Order: sequence, then structure tokens, then C-alpha cells
Amino acid sequence: MLKLRQLQKQKQQEKQQETISSESKVQSSQIRLQKDITELDLPPSIKLQFPNEGDISNFIITIQPREGYYKNGKFRFSVGVTDNFPMEPPKIKCLQKIYHPNIDLEGNICLNILREDWSPVLNLNSVIIGLNFLLLEPNSNDPLNKQAANVLSKNKNLFASNVKSSMRGGYVDDEYYDHIM
Amino acid sequence: MELLGKIGPYNEVADEYDAAASVEALSESKVLVIGAGGLGCEILKNLSLTGFKKIHVIDMDTIDISNLNRQFLFRLKDVGKSKAEVAAKFVESRTQGVEIVPQFCKIQDKPLDYYKQFVCIICGLDSVEARRWINATLVTLAGEDIIIPLIDGGTEGFKGQSRVIFPSINSCYECTLDLVTPKITYPVCTIATTPRLPEHCIEWANEIEWPRIHSTKFDADNPDHVEWMYQTSLARAESFNITGVTKSLTLGVVKNIIPAIASTNAIIAASCCNEAFKLITNCNPMLDDYMMYSGDESIFTYTYKNIKKSDCPVCGNDLKVVKAEKWWNLKEFIEEIKHQKDIQMTNPSLSTKFQKLYFSSPESLRLATEKNLQMKLSDLVGDEEVIVTDPKLPISLRVRIVFN
Repeated sequence: MLKLRQLQKQKQQEKQQETISSESKVQSSQIRLQKDITELDLPPSIKLQFPNEGDISNFIITIQPREGYYKNGKFRFSVGVTDNFPMEPPKIKCLQKIYHPNIDLEGNICLNILREDWSPVLNLNSVIIGLNFLLLEPNSNDPLNKQAANVLSKNKNLFASNVKSSMRGGYVDDEYYDHIM
Repeated sequence: MELLGKIGPYNEVADEYDAAASVEALSESKVLVIGAGGLGCEILKNLSLTGFKKIHVIDMDTIDISNLNRQFLFRLKDVGKSKAEVAAKFVESRTQGVEIVPQFCKIQDKPLDYYKQFVCIICGLDSVEARRWINATLVTLAGEDIIIPLIDGGTEGFKGQSRVIFPSINSCYECTLDLVTPKITYPVCTIATTPRLPEHCIEWANEIEWPRIHSTKFDADNPDHVEWMYQTSLARAESFNITGVTKSLTLGVVKNIIPAIASTNAIIAASCCNEAFKLITNCNPMLDDYMMYSGDESIFTYTYKNIKKSDCPVCGNDLKVVKAEKWWNLKEFIEEIKHQKDIQMTNPSLSTKFQKLYFSSPESLRLATEKNLQMKLSDLVGDEEVIVTDPKLPISLRVRIVFN
């Protein structure tokens, strides 16, 4: 243990440090989350709500696109961050039933950085911007809602009108969608 | 023992080295082995044959029949029993004078005081989460000036690594968290609509069908659950003309199993025990501080030193003391922080383990926490640490408030 003693001596010479009991220590995932949340830089079309006082790990994002197919819709997503953040990506779900090629009827979202391409160097901001992008530019290449994707790739006008009627709360291809205007 | 009597040419502490003390340290030092699985079996065997006499071993797992090919301390009759208990008994029966204390529980179940009794901890774990936990725990202890070196081994198929962590002194596990290979995942859209591989079908059954049909969580140790998963994946694969879904692949995918190679475990365990031996006996310089081993295409090792991250959330920022007047409200305290030369924040956000004190952004949190600004600081915070972050700065600050 001589090596350790040597290292310890060196360290003590470097500086005196303060200590704190582990019971009141903040978890590292929470620190990172605090940083990510306060550093969010979002366009005015995106709003955050924290329904539970004192809890920053679970919140709601509302996106109101100002252009594109989903213009004027009000899309709500739940965000949940675990203690393993940023090793694990935040868990995001769409809270409404919407007509979108990359979001299924249960609210699962197909966005690469939420799963296979997540990395701890990404942050909450990148994920939310990604979500916003998905609403501005739905793509038919990676479908979760196959019918919607088919329509988008074959007939853009029909897709646009399908989106409009789904957002008003109505049926598209025998499926009822939530009113989100 | 004879070798310890001679001073090696590379000995770092030659003038203080004492052969007799080294031999004694070996039999007197209490060490903890975390994990009694593939690496753990090797480590326990190595340590006891090296001359360590006081060993604790902790593992929450029980022995599975699939462990027997490489976890050589276990026999068929042991299946279902605690790994730690069986391993301890086996090694004790084979090596004279060794005392091994088994703990059949999670590492998180033991209090901080339990860990204080060891001079060194050797980890043979398979989970990132457990490593992060023990790492953070030891860094916390280092804050109380109890420095317990952590020797961490890990293997994944033909690849492995070992590293030596002196908590709070060199880079900790959390400092290099971004080097951890991520879990293999597949795009949801591929799983949902265009599966091409048998794995896609299994992931579909696991992630989409299971939660849709069952209200309980999937349990990989429950044969009925596994059978359902297998049949569902198989049916899906057949409908897409995909071959190759087997029961063992199903289990492998849902449990994220990477085949364990006995020789990799042996090599990495040897490296870990070697480090423990050098640490306790001072006989030779230690690994500084990371060794990677790759045995899949020829054999290759590489050693380097990880850099201690100054903004590491676990070991990076030492606690800073900020003095405050008893009558201050939160706003006055924030002003104080902004003006302290060595902090220099312009838009700080503050929280404790128990609550958000003040968030400068986003708007909704600012409005929610604004009311705290006028509250008395001493009513909001006791002696718990306060985390201060600022969008302009890459680091976060741990602060303890001391009232005048």
C-alpha cells in the first residue's frame, strides 16, 4: 500500500478538500439533467411543462409546428429520464394518437437518436430538436405507421389532407385519431 | 514468498520496501471481490493461491446450469444455490488457511460502513450500473479520506480490460463512461415493419408485442415467458420468411447475452489479481491505469492512462464552501455566487437532492421556482450539497453552504 500512501500525500499537498455525507449527495444523472434542462435552446414553438413539483426527470413537451404538414397541431410528448442517464437515452412517447409515418398508434417514435444512435455526448436539446424535425419532415423510409408512410410516398396531397382531417379528430383509413388542433 | 524477499529492479519504493512486511500484508489484508461469476471464480482462485487469506465475496446471483462450462467452482449439484456461498466454500476447501466470507445480496444492500473495512476491492462484474454504483461509493468514501483502490476487470467475448482506480486520485469509472460500448439496438421502424434478421423478430416480440399483450414485466428466468417470446418471434419470422430464430438466440437477444470465453476471463482475472498483489506487497509498479486486451484477431494488449475529467459528475468537482449570512434569502445567495471570483457564473441554476431551488431556464421552471428567491436561504438548505450549473460553463459545481 506504499504506492497509495505516496499518491495520497501528493493529493493532500495539492489541496484540502471538503466532504459531504452520501445521504445528501446528488446523483450524477440529476446533475447532468439539470445542466441539460437549463441549457435548452428551443424555438418558441416548443414548450416544456413540469407537472410534478420537485421532479425534473419527468416532463411534458408541447410542439406546435409553424409550417409543414402538421402546421398548427399541438403535439404533446412525455419525457422520462432514468438514473442511468446519460448512458440511457431519455424515454419519449407521443401522448396523443396521431397520423404520422414515424409514430405508431401507441405513441412509439422512430427516431434514431432515441435508440440506436443515442450517445452520452448528445443531450436533451438534440433529442427535442430531432422530434421537432420529425414533425416538420415526416419520412416514409422508416415507417412505424405503414399506411401513413405508403400514402406519403405515393400521394403527397392525399397525405396532407389525411393529416389535416386526423388532426381535427377524425377517421383516416378506419382508424380514429385524436383532436389536436 | 521467496521472491518477495528480493527487491526488483523496477521497485518504485525501494528504500522503504520491507520484504517481511509485504508477506505479512498479503495474509493480513482484507480484500473484497465483487461478483462470483466467470471473472469472480478466477479471481477467487487466483487470490487464494497467491497468498491472500482474508477475502469477502459478494454476488446476488444463483448458479445456472449454463454457468458450469467456465465457472469452475460450481458443480451440477450446486445449480440454484448462491454463487458467492458455493464459491467461498469450494475455495476454502481447496486452499489452506484461507477465510472467505460470502455475501448473497446486491452490492447496493450493504451500508457504506461495510465497504470501509477493505484495503482493496476487485470487481468482476457484468453490469455498467453496478460498476457506476461501487465507483461512486468509493469516491464518496475517498471524500472521508478513506481511499480504497478499485481494480476493475471486464470481459466481452474475446475482448477484455482491466484498470486500477484510486478513487479521487486518478480517473474514475464515471470519467470514462462515454467509452462504454452501447447496447446493440435496432431501429424501431425496422423491427416494426421491415424485419430482415432473426434478431429483429425477437426484438419485435420483446418490445412491441409483449407490452401490448401482457401487463406484467417480462422475466427472462421464467420458462413460460421465454417460451412465449420464442414462439411469438418464430411466428413473426415465418411470416417474413426469415430463418434462424432459435430459443437460445431468443434468450441471447432479450437478455443481451454476449458469449463468455473462459480464456478471456482467465487472462483478465490474472491481470486484476496481479494488480492486487502488487498493490498490497509494493513489489512492483502498478498498472497505470488501464489495459485493454483483444484476442479476437491475434492477441493484442495496449496500456494507457485515462485522464481524470475535471467536470466528472462523480469525482470531478470537489465540494466548494461558500459562506452565507443567516439572514440572506436565496436571491442574495445567488448574487454572492455570481460575484465570487473563482465561480463567475452569470445565470446559475441551483438544486439539492431534495428540491429545485432556482432554475434560470426554461421559462416554465423559472416561473415555478421564482418564489424561492425571496425565501430565507437557511429555510431552504441545510448542510446538504447544492448543485450549481450555468449554461455558459461546461462544469457543474458542488457547493456546501456555511452560515456565519
